[in-house]
Amino acid sequence: MAILEIIKYPDPRLKEASQPVQAFDDALRDFVADLEETMRAGPGGVGIAAPQVGRFERIVIVDVSGMRKLPAGSSNSGRLVLINPEITEWEGMAMGREGCMSVPDYTGNVIRAEKVRFTAHDEFGELHEYACEGYEARAVQHEADHLDGMLFLDRLVSRRTDLFRRKVYQQKDKR
Amino acid sequence: MSEHWYMLTLVGRDRPGIVARITRALYEGGCHLGETSMMRLGGNFTVMMMVQYAGTAKALEQLVAGEADSLGLKLHVDRVEGGRQQAVEPDVRITVYGADRPGIVAHVTGALADAGLDILDLISDIGGSEEAPIYILHLEGRALQGIPALASALEIVKGEGVDAQLTPIETMVG
Repeated sequence: MAILEIIKYPDPRLKEASQPVQAFDDALRDFVADLEETMRAGPGGVGIAAPQVGRFERIVIVDVSGMRKLPAGSSNSGRLVLINPEITEWEGMAMGREGCMSVPDYTGNVIRAEKVRFTAHDEFGELHEYACEGYEARAVQHEADHLDGMLFLDRLVSRRTDLFRRKVYQQKDKR
Repeated sequence: MSEHWYMLTLVGRDRPGIVARITRALYEGGCHLGETSMMRLGGNFTVMMMVQYAGTAKALEQLVAGEADSLGLKLHVDRVEGGRQQAVEPDVRITVYGADRPGIVAHVTGALADAGLDILDLISDIGGSEEAPIYILHLEGRALQGIPALASALEIVKGEGVDAQLTPIETMVG
Protein backbone atom coordinates (compact mmCIF):
# COMPACT_ATOMS: atom_id res chain seq x y z
CA MET A 1 0.00 0.00 0.00
CA ALA A 2 1.14 3.49 -0.72
CA ILE A 3 -0.16 7.03 -0.70
CA LEU A 4 -0.05 8.25 -4.29
CA GLU A 5 0.73 11.76 -5.40
CA ILE A 6 -2.33 13.87 -6.23
CA ILE A 7 -1.97 15.81 -9.45
CA LYS A 8 -3.23 19.35 -9.24
CA TYR A 9 -4.81 21.83 -11.61
CA PRO A 10 -3.50 23.42 -13.89
CA ASP A 11 -1.90 20.09 -14.79
CA PRO A 12 -3.57 19.47 -18.20
CA ARG A 13 -3.89 15.73 -17.53
CA LEU A 14 -6.87 16.46 -15.25
CA LYS A 15 -8.81 17.47 -18.37
CA GLU A 16 -8.24 14.11 -20.09
CA ALA A 17 -10.96 11.49 -20.42
CA SER A 18 -10.14 8.12 -18.84
CA GLN A 19 -10.41 4.70 -20.45
CA PRO A 20 -12.60 1.81 -19.27
CA VAL A 21 -10.96 -0.86 -17.13
CA GLN A 22 -10.55 -4.12 -19.06
CA ALA A 23 -8.86 -6.52 -16.64
CA PHE A 24 -10.14 -7.13 -13.11
CA ASP A 25 -6.91 -8.59 -11.78
CA ASP A 26 -4.61 -8.32 -8.78
CA ALA A 27 -2.84 -5.34 -10.29
CA LEU A 28 -6.18 -3.51 -10.38
CA ARG A 29 -6.96 -4.47 -6.80
CA ASP A 30 -3.51 -3.30 -5.66
CA PHE A 31 -4.11 0.02 -7.34
CA VAL A 32 -7.58 0.34 -5.76
CA ALA A 33 -6.01 -0.25 -2.33
CA ASP A 34 -3.46 2.51 -2.96
CA LEU A 35 -6.14 4.83 -4.31
CA GLU A 36 -8.26 4.23 -1.21
CA GLU A 37 -5.34 4.90 1.10
CA THR A 38 -4.64 8.13 -0.79
CA MET A 39 -8.29 9.18 -0.45
CA ARG A 40 -8.34 8.53 3.29
CA ALA A 41 -5.13 10.53 3.75
CA GLY A 42 -6.62 13.60 2.06
CA PRO A 43 -8.70 16.46 3.44
CA GLY A 44 -12.35 15.49 3.47
CA GLY A 45 -11.47 12.10 2.16
CA VAL A 46 -14.92 11.07 0.92
CA GLY A 47 -14.03 10.49 -2.71
CA ILE A 48 -11.24 10.10 -5.22
CA ALA A 49 -10.89 9.28 -8.91
CA ALA A 50 -8.01 7.45 -10.59
CA PRO A 51 -7.06 10.35 -12.90
CA GLN A 52 -6.36 12.45 -9.79
CA VAL A 53 -3.32 10.25 -9.23
CA GLY A 54 -2.39 10.17 -12.91
CA ARG A 55 -3.98 6.84 -13.85
CA PHE A 56 -6.44 7.38 -16.67
CA GLU A 57 -8.80 4.50 -16.06
CA ARG A 58 -12.45 4.69 -15.06
CA ILE A 59 -12.06 3.96 -11.36
CA VAL A 60 -13.47 5.98 -8.46
CA ILE A 61 -13.91 5.39 -4.76
CA VAL A 62 -16.56 7.07 -2.63
CA ASP A 63 -17.06 6.50 1.08
CA VAL A 64 -19.10 8.89 3.20
CA SER A 65 -19.49 6.41 6.08
CA GLY A 66 -16.54 7.79 8.02
CA MET A 67 -17.90 11.33 8.29
CA ARG A 68 -18.24 12.69 11.80
CA LYS A 69 -21.76 13.83 10.94
CA LEU A 70 -23.34 12.80 7.67
CA PRO A 71 -25.30 15.73 6.17
CA ALA A 72 -29.09 15.45 6.40
CA GLY A 73 -30.71 13.83 3.40
CA SER A 74 -27.65 11.86 2.36
CA SER A 75 -27.66 8.15 1.67
CA ASN A 76 -24.81 6.09 3.09
CA SER A 77 -23.73 3.10 1.03
CA GLY A 78 -20.46 2.58 2.84
CA ARG A 79 -17.31 1.93 0.83
CA LEU A 80 -18.06 2.16 -2.89
CA VAL A 81 -15.43 1.02 -5.36
CA LEU A 82 -16.89 2.05 -8.70
CA ILE A 83 -15.23 0.76 -11.82
CA ASN A 84 -16.55 1.81 -15.22
CA PRO A 85 -19.46 3.62 -13.53
CA GLU A 86 -22.39 4.72 -15.65
CA ILE A 87 -24.93 7.14 -14.22
CA THR A 88 -28.29 6.13 -15.65
CA GLU A 89 -30.79 8.38 -13.87
CA TRP A 90 -30.68 11.87 -12.43
CA GLU A 91 -33.43 13.37 -10.30
CA GLY A 92 -33.86 16.79 -8.68
CA MET A 93 -31.28 19.52 -8.28
CA ALA A 94 -29.44 21.00 -5.36
CA MET A 95 -26.71 23.57 -4.98
CA GLY A 96 -23.85 22.59 -2.75
CA ARG A 97 -20.32 23.60 -2.02
CA GLU A 98 -17.49 21.52 -3.38
CA GLY A 99 -13.75 21.39 -3.14
CA CYS A 100 -11.26 19.02 -4.69
CA MET A 101 -7.91 17.57 -3.69
CA SER A 102 -6.74 18.52 -7.18
CA VAL A 103 -7.79 22.17 -6.65
CA PRO A 104 -6.37 23.15 -3.25
CA ASP A 105 -7.52 26.19 -1.29
CA TYR A 106 -10.69 26.87 -3.23
CA THR A 107 -14.30 25.83 -2.87
CA GLY A 108 -17.28 26.88 -4.93
CA ASN A 109 -20.96 26.30 -5.50
CA VAL A 110 -22.03 23.61 -7.92
CA ILE A 111 -25.49 22.32 -8.86
CA ARG A 112 -25.85 18.54 -8.91
CA ALA A 113 -28.70 16.08 -9.15
CA GLU A 114 -30.13 15.27 -5.74
CA LYS A 115 -30.54 11.59 -6.56
CA VAL A 116 -28.68 9.41 -9.01
CA ARG A 117 -28.91 5.79 -10.01
CA PHE A 118 -25.87 4.16 -11.55
CA THR A 119 -24.19 0.91 -12.37
CA ALA A 120 -20.57 0.03 -11.74
CA HIS A 121 -18.31 -2.97 -11.45
CA ASP A 122 -16.50 -3.71 -8.22
CA GLU A 123 -12.78 -4.56 -8.13
CA PHE A 124 -13.64 -8.23 -8.75
CA GLY A 125 -15.54 -7.44 -11.92
CA GLU A 126 -19.03 -7.94 -10.56
CA LEU A 127 -21.65 -5.48 -11.81
CA HIS A 128 -23.82 -3.70 -9.23
CA GLU A 129 -26.68 -1.22 -9.33
CA TYR A 130 -26.76 1.67 -6.92
CA ALA A 131 -29.01 4.54 -5.88
CA CYS A 132 -27.60 7.46 -3.91
CA GLU A 133 -28.92 10.81 -2.75
CA GLY A 134 -27.79 14.05 -1.19
CA TYR A 135 -24.18 14.42 -0.19
CA GLU A 136 -23.23 10.92 -1.29
CA ALA A 137 -24.83 11.47 -4.71
CA ARG A 138 -22.86 14.72 -4.99
CA ALA A 139 -19.63 12.86 -4.26
CA VAL A 140 -20.41 10.21 -6.89
CA GLN A 141 -21.16 12.87 -9.53
CA HIS A 142 -18.02 14.85 -8.66
CA GLU A 143 -15.81 11.77 -8.97
CA ALA A 144 -17.52 10.50 -12.13
CA ASP A 145 -16.85 13.90 -13.70
CA HIS A 146 -13.10 13.36 -13.22
CA LEU A 147 -13.35 10.33 -15.53
CA ASP A 148 -14.55 12.63 -18.30
CA GLY A 149 -11.91 15.29 -17.65
CA MET A 150 -14.38 17.55 -15.87
CA LEU A 151 -13.59 19.46 -12.68
CA PHE A 152 -16.06 21.19 -10.38
CA LEU A 153 -14.51 24.39 -11.75
CA ASP A 154 -16.28 23.56 -15.03
CA ARG A 155 -19.64 23.61 -13.23
CA LEU A 156 -19.34 26.63 -10.93
CA VAL A 157 -22.41 28.78 -10.54
CA SER A 158 -22.43 32.35 -9.31
CA ARG A 159 -23.59 33.22 -5.83
CA ARG A 160 -26.75 34.75 -7.23
CA THR A 161 -27.72 31.60 -9.09
CA ASP A 162 -29.25 29.71 -6.20
CA LEU A 163 -32.74 31.15 -6.21
CA PHE A 164 -33.39 32.06 -9.79
CA ARG A 165 -31.44 29.93 -12.23
CA ARG A 166 -32.14 26.35 -11.29
CA LYS A 167 -34.01 25.40 -14.43
CA VAL A 168 -31.30 26.42 -16.86
CA TYR A 169 -28.97 23.74 -15.60
CA GLN A 170 -31.43 20.91 -16.08
CA GLN A 171 -31.86 21.65 -19.76
CA LYS A 172 -28.15 21.96 -20.39
CA ASP A 173 -26.83 19.22 -18.26
CA LYS A 174 -29.12 16.22 -18.41
CA ARG A 175 -27.54 14.20 -21.07
CA MET B 1 11.50 45.85 -4.05
CA SER B 2 8.94 44.21 -1.77
CA GLU B 3 5.36 43.92 -2.94
CA HIS B 4 2.48 45.36 -0.96
CA TRP B 5 -1.22 44.66 -1.02
CA TYR B 6 -3.70 47.45 -1.62
CA MET B 7 -7.48 47.65 -1.70
CA LEU B 8 -8.50 49.67 -4.73
CA THR B 9 -12.10 50.87 -4.86
CA LEU B 10 -13.89 52.52 -7.77
CA VAL B 11 -17.44 53.84 -7.73
CA GLY B 12 -19.43 55.71 -10.33
CA ARG B 13 -21.88 55.61 -13.20
CA ASP B 14 -21.85 52.23 -14.95
CA ARG B 15 -20.95 51.81 -18.60
CA PRO B 16 -19.51 48.95 -20.64
CA GLY B 17 -15.73 48.47 -20.62
CA ILE B 18 -14.77 49.90 -17.24
CA VAL B 19 -13.18 46.72 -15.89
CA ALA B 20 -11.17 46.17 -19.06
CA ARG B 21 -9.77 49.71 -19.08
CA ILE B 22 -8.92 49.84 -15.39
CA THR B 23 -7.32 46.40 -15.24
CA ARG B 24 -5.33 47.14 -18.40
CA ALA B 25 -3.89 50.23 -16.72
CA LEU B 26 -3.05 48.19 -13.61
CA TYR B 27 -1.46 45.40 -15.64
CA GLU B 28 0.67 47.79 -17.66
CA GLY B 29 1.72 49.46 -14.42
CA GLY B 30 3.08 46.19 -13.04
CA CYS B 31 0.21 45.25 -10.72
CA HIS B 32 -1.01 41.75 -9.97
CA LEU B 33 -4.65 41.27 -8.99
CA GLY B 34 -5.91 39.19 -6.10
CA GLU B 35 -9.53 38.60 -5.17
CA THR B 36 -11.95 41.03 -6.81
CA SER B 37 -15.62 41.85 -6.50
CA MET B 38 -17.50 44.01 -9.00
CA MET B 39 -21.19 44.69 -8.58
CA ARG B 40 -23.85 47.04 -9.81
CA LEU B 41 -25.50 48.55 -6.79
CA GLY B 42 -28.54 50.68 -7.46
CA GLY B 43 -27.37 51.08 -11.05
CA ASN B 44 -23.91 52.27 -9.99
CA PHE B 45 -20.67 50.60 -10.93
CA THR B 46 -18.69 49.42 -7.90
CA VAL B 47 -15.55 47.37 -7.74
CA MET B 48 -13.13 46.43 -4.99
CA MET B 49 -9.87 44.82 -5.98
CA MET B 50 -6.99 43.37 -4.03
CA VAL B 51 -3.93 44.65 -5.89
CA GLN B 52 -0.34 43.59 -5.37
CA TYR B 53 2.05 46.37 -6.26
CA ALA B 54 5.66 47.25 -5.46
CA GLY B 55 5.16 51.02 -5.20
CA THR B 56 3.36 53.39 -2.87
CA ALA B 57 -0.38 53.99 -2.58
CA LYS B 58 0.12 57.36 -4.24
CA ALA B 59 1.92 55.77 -7.21
CA LEU B 60 -0.84 53.15 -7.54
CA GLU B 61 -3.46 55.89 -7.56
CA GLN B 62 -1.59 57.67 -10.31
CA LEU B 63 -1.54 54.50 -12.43
CA VAL B 64 -5.32 54.47 -12.72
CA ALA B 65 -6.22 58.12 -12.08
CA GLY B 66 -6.27 58.96 -15.79
CA GLU B 67 -8.70 56.20 -16.70
CA ALA B 68 -10.78 56.75 -13.56
CA ASP B 69 -11.13 60.47 -14.32
CA SER B 70 -12.05 59.95 -17.93
CA LEU B 71 -14.67 57.37 -16.87
CA GLY B 72 -16.00 59.68 -14.16
CA LEU B 73 -15.23 57.21 -11.36
CA LYS B 74 -14.27 57.96 -7.78
CA LEU B 75 -11.05 56.20 -6.88
CA HIS B 76 -9.85 55.17 -3.46
CA VAL B 77 -6.71 53.21 -2.48
CA ASP B 78 -5.82 51.76 0.93
CA ARG B 79 -2.78 49.78 1.97
CA VAL B 80 -4.08 46.54 3.51
CA GLU B 81 -2.85 43.35 5.09
CA GLY B 82 -3.74 40.12 3.36
CA GLY B 83 -2.77 38.06 0.43
CA ARG B 84 -3.82 35.90 -2.41
CA GLN B 85 -5.53 33.10 -0.51
CA GLN B 86 -7.54 34.07 2.52
CA ALA B 87 -10.52 31.79 1.99
CA VAL B 88 -12.55 30.90 5.07
CA GLU B 89 -15.16 28.21 4.54
CA PRO B 90 -18.77 29.10 5.30
CA ASP B 91 -20.86 26.42 6.99
CA VAL B 92 -24.27 28.05 6.73
CA ARG B 93 -26.33 29.89 4.11
CA ILE B 94 -29.25 32.09 5.14
CA THR B 95 -31.79 33.81 2.94
CA VAL B 96 -34.13 36.39 4.45
CA TYR B 97 -36.86 38.14 2.51
CA GLY B 98 -39.94 40.20 3.13
CA ALA B 99 -41.81 43.40 2.38
CA ASP B 100 -39.15 46.09 2.19
CA ARG B 101 -38.92 48.47 5.13
CA PRO B 102 -36.08 50.24 6.92
CA GLY B 103 -34.24 48.18 9.51
CA ILE B 104 -34.49 44.62 8.16
CA VAL B 105 -30.74 44.14 7.83
CA ALA B 106 -29.92 45.75 11.16
CA HIS B 107 -32.56 43.72 12.94
CA VAL B 108 -31.83 40.37 11.32
CA THR B 109 -28.04 40.58 11.40
CA GLY B 110 -28.18 41.82 14.99
CA ALA B 111 -30.16 38.77 16.05
CA LEU B 112 -27.87 36.46 14.06
CA ALA B 113 -24.70 38.08 15.42
CA ASP B 114 -25.97 37.49 18.96
CA ALA B 115 -26.51 33.84 17.98
CA GLY B 116 -22.92 33.50 16.77
CA LEU B 117 -23.05 34.24 13.04
CA ASP B 118 -19.81 35.44 11.46
CA ILE B 119 -20.88 36.81 8.06
CA LEU B 120 -18.45 36.00 5.25
CA ASP B 121 -20.58 37.05 2.31
CA LEU B 122 -23.64 39.28 2.01
CA ILE B 123 -25.67 40.23 -1.04
CA SER B 124 -29.02 41.95 -0.98
CA ASP B 125 -31.47 42.72 -3.75
CA ILE B 126 -34.72 44.60 -4.06
CA GLY B 127 -37.43 42.95 -6.11
CA GLY B 128 -41.18 43.19 -6.38
CA SER B 129 -43.08 46.16 -7.76
CA GLU B 130 -42.40 49.81 -6.99
CA GLU B 131 -45.50 50.00 -4.82
CA ALA B 132 -44.72 46.76 -3.01
CA PRO B 133 -40.96 46.21 -2.98
CA ILE B 134 -39.48 43.01 -1.54
CA TYR B 135 -36.13 42.98 0.19
CA ILE B 136 -34.03 39.82 -0.31
CA LEU B 137 -30.91 39.19 1.75
CA HIS B 138 -28.43 36.35 1.12
CA LEU B 139 -25.86 35.56 3.76
CA GLU B 140 -23.12 33.00 3.97
CA GLY B 141 -21.11 32.60 7.11
CA ARG B 142 -19.80 30.57 9.96
CA ALA B 143 -22.06 29.45 12.78
CA LEU B 144 -19.67 30.01 15.67
CA GLN B 145 -22.22 28.84 18.24
CA GLY B 146 -23.67 26.09 16.07
CA ILE B 147 -26.52 25.99 13.59
CA PRO B 148 -29.35 25.39 16.11
CA ALA B 149 -28.57 28.74 17.76
CA LEU B 150 -28.96 30.51 14.39
CA ALA B 151 -32.13 28.56 13.60
CA SER B 152 -33.67 29.68 16.91
CA ALA B 153 -32.72 33.29 16.25
CA LEU B 154 -34.30 33.08 12.80
CA GLU B 155 -37.52 31.68 14.25
CA ILE B 156 -37.83 34.79 16.41
CA VAL B 157 -37.08 37.05 13.44
CA LYS B 158 -39.67 35.22 11.33
CA GLY B 159 -42.29 35.98 13.95
CA GLU B 160 -41.66 39.65 13.27
CA GLY B 161 -42.67 39.79 9.64
CA VAL B 162 -39.91 38.41 7.41
CA ASP B 163 -39.44 34.97 5.89
CA ALA B 164 -36.15 33.14 6.23
CA GLN B 165 -34.43 29.95 5.15
CA LEU B 166 -31.35 28.44 6.71
CA THR B 167 -29.32 25.77 4.91
CA PRO B 168 -26.22 24.15 6.35
CA ILE B 169 -23.32 24.13 3.89
CA GLU B 170 -21.51 20.81 3.87
CA THR B 171 -18.52 21.22 1.61
CA MET B 172 -17.78 18.02 -0.31
CA VAL B 173 -14.07 17.62 -1.03
CA GLY B 174 -13.44 14.89 -3.59
